[in-house]
Amino acid sequence: MCRSSSPSRARRLAVCLIALISFPAAVSAAGAPETAKLEERLAALEAYVKNTAPDAAASLAGQPGPGHNGWMMTGTALVLFMTLPGLALFYGGLVRRKNVLSVLAQCFGIAGLATVLWWAAGFSLSFAKGGAITGGLDHVFLNGVTSRAGGWLPWVSDNVWAMYQLTFAIITPALIVGAIAERMKFSAILLFVTLWTFAVYYPFAHMMWGGGWFAETLGAIDFAGGLVVHISSGFSALALCLFLGPRLGYGREKMAPHSMVLCGVGTAILWVGWYGFNAGSAGAADGIAANAFTTTTLSAAVGGFVWGLLDYVFKGKPSVLGICSGIIGGLALVTPATGYITPNGAMLCGVVAGAVPYLFCVKLKAVLGYDDALDTFGVHAVGGTLGILLAGLLATSKANPGIDPARSLIDTGSWKLFGAQAAAAGIAIVWSVAATLAIAWIVKKTTGLRPSKDDERIGLDITDHGEEGYID
Amino acid sequence: MKLIIAIIKPYKLEEVKNALADIGVRGVTATEVKGFGRQKGHTEIYRGSEISVDFVTKVKLEIAVTDDAVGAVTDAIVRTAQTGKIGDGKLFVLPLENAVRIRTGETGDGAL
Repeated sequence: MCRSSSPSRARRLAVCLIALISFPAAVSAAGAPETAKLEERLAALEAYVKNTAPDAAASLAGQPGPGHNGWMMTGTALVLFMTLPGLALFYGGLVRRKNVLSVLAQCFGIAGLATVLWWAAGFSLSFAKGGAITGGLDHVFLNGVTSRAGGWLPWVSDNVWAMYQLTFAIITPALIVGAIAERMKFSAILLFVTLWTFAVYYPFAHMMWGGGWFAETLGAIDFAGGLVVHISSGFSALALCLFLGPRLGYGREKMAPHSMVLCGVGTAILWVGWYGFNAGSAGAADGIAANAFTTTTLSAAVGGFVWGLLDYVFKGKPSVLGICSGIIGGLALVTPATGYITPNGAMLCGVVAGAVPYLFCVKLKAVLGYDDALDTFGVHAVGGTLGILLAGLLATSKANPGIDPARSLIDTGSWKLFGAQAAAAGIAIVWSVAATLAIAWIVKKTTGLRPSKDDERIGLDITDHGEEGYID
Repeated sequence: MKLIIAIIKPYKLEEVKNALADIGVRGVTATEVKGFGRQKGHTEIYRGSEISVDFVTKVKLEIAVTDDAVGAVTDAIVRTAQTGKIGDGKLFVLPLENAVRIRTGETGDGAL
């Protein structure tokens, strides 16, 4: 949580008085006991401004704080905007025109499916009190999750927190679509995602953010989802694309992006939406969020420049797709570190994000010959893993008081945090790959994974959805 | 009567059309086409994967002219569409048996 140096008593009083005048309705709605002393009521307001938990008996206990709650609702909309339409357009532009609608359908389909699963059990398994691996069943069907604040965050409504985290549960499986685009049946994708969220996403979210094993026992950190979102989806994507095999004609036929304009528009939307993702992960409109907002911007900008520069040096022209990839690489890489590092640390993240995923997508993929159609592995798995490791190297208590200086490399030269990060990444990678292969096998035995060869050649827009992307 | 078919670079279309209008040509049909000649295609690079584009986009012009206009029209097209680089295109002259103006039923040179 953010802690600034103590303001003078007079300034504190002034802030509280302004807050009192601004929010009379909230105070009266809380039904403050007539007997509550002015000092107690001021202390509750002060807790709101500083984003600390109010005293359980305070007049404002359970009241959502307008500023924090407002930012988190905005952030929720921004993260949903990343998937719909950001990711849908980014991926949609990269496929051939006969498959553009199938990508949109997969993103929309996953958004609907993940929402229903989240309401039924996902939120509870991720964020209810429970064991080391998953949460309990206290909040199935969003039971007991209301507009009251304090269940998870001191000033944010419990249902806003549930909706905010839902948008992460939507975009994570949607990212996997990029590796298997143009060659997996819609029904198979929905069945795969259903099983995958239970086997991978909910446990990871609980272990990292819901009070489970990664965070509490291992001591690993993941500010906005480098492990929970990008390692999990990226390595699952690689496993699934290897299991599926390449697209028909891969390496022989022309498989160029059908619209670099859609791809560019999608990238821009992803960048904007990522502020909700990263700065929103502070869970409040506080100083930590402000720092995350800053580091996110720097890493994205530098990542785009570096990739474009490498294109220019090695291929002679800075390509738009290269710049877009670098921006997304920079955003994905800084995600786990964003609220823990300084702006200078973010500049370093940006450079790494432009360079290393470039090598994976441009050089290594050609050497190894796997068909990661839209480079989910090269950008998200590689970026997410580097980000988790860099968070271990660059996290400092100067950027976030939540970091224990005794475990920080920058603060005290300790490798403890980095060790925890490396261990968490390794476990997450093995878990994701193993679960994905098992689920893919099950789906293959039930609905089957791939469309018929004829259907794949015709394009999934017509064969899976009965529509065409462009009528001319 | 002759039919002139010219394959030119798309960005030269406007210039060629103006030159033809200047010498009194009153009708041209233009179509966007794809093909290859000695230029072959070119290579595009998407995240490192090189994709060869074998069929290059060109514009095909079809112009029906009277026999005595063939020289002037050919000259105008060659003069304006030429860049001197590979890929400038080609021009074909074919004999044309008849032409009919659908509105009036006129035939032959009078229909052009």
